[in-house]
Amino acid sequence: MSPTPAPRRTRVLAVASGGGHFVQLRRMRPAWEHCEVHYLTTLAEYAKELEPGATLHLVNDANRWDKIGVARMALRVLWTLLRLRPKVVISTGAAAGYFALRFGKLLGARTIWIDSIANAEELSLTGRMVGKYADLYLTQWPQLATPQGPRCEGSVL
Amino acid sequence: MIFVTVGTQLAFDRMVRPIDEWAGRTGRADVFAQIGPSEWIPRHIEWKAFVDPGEFAARAREAAAIVAHAGMGSIITALTYGKPIVIMPRRAALGEQRNDHQLATAARFEGRTGVFVAHDETELPAILDGLADLQAGEPIPPFAAPTLIKAIREFIDSP
Repeated sequence: MSPTPAPRRTRVLAVASGGGHFVQLRRMRPAWEHCEVHYLTTLAEYAKELEPGATLHLVNDANRWDKIGVARMALRVLWTLLRLRPKVVISTGAAAGYFALRFGKLLGARTIWIDSIANAEELSLTGRMVGKYADLYLTQWPQLATPQGPRCEGSVL
Repeated sequence: MIFVTVGTQLAFDRMVRPIDEWAGRTGRADVFAQIGPSEWIPRHIEWKAFVDPGEFAARAREAAAIVAHAGMGSIITALTYGKPIVIMPRRAALGEQRNDHQLATAARFEGRTGVFVAHDETELPAILDGLADLQAGEPIPPFAAPTLIKAIREFIDSP
């Protein structure tokens, strides 16, 4: 009798720029503790604080006024997705997360957006742009939830 | 030790300068500031433009109080370590941020245990004078709300 192979763990790519977005993303990690997790962020030093078995991938930081930086970022995100082919892409922002959800969706991944808790009065611009590419589309503030999405399921605090 | 942090992306001279001047006036020697690309070069306090995440966490853990822009990384870090934090919101009209979300953050977090708001630079010196009396709350758990974690986990596991 041959042993049953262990089921392959779901591969998750978790994306956030360094700072507040990454701090928020990390607070949700029990949601993917049973998965094969890859983080994509802007600061190499975060490698030291990851859970055992998790892998860090890097992308440059850029804002929307830095066209060359944004183009590099988009290519880097696409390259990472093509290499990893994750089943699930999740992000709290900012620009790199937008590209990860858009390209991830094109490549057949299921996508999750959690808008930053910093956006209490209106969704982030990125969060508004990314809504139609997010299969699970969440805000952390109940007053920003709408029947068409995003929903609110609680916050990172 | 007072740990001052303005985030990495943009200058915040309106916060760095009054803190430096306050330290000069009061002779307070145990202030460290992470000032990002601010133009004001502090003369009375220790400073760096940037610190890596490990140093950021260590300085926050060792600080008696944190004084920061109203960024979520700073606020969550202070709540996690149970440190009192004074936040001052950046304002888009002054070129300090691309939009006014930090005003919204400050309004939402004002009144939460351990979080204190300096609405502008004129309020900073008096708040700094009273820093030793500010009380933090208990450290918050390291993870997001169970409802949020459950919603994400169920989505990941759904076929």
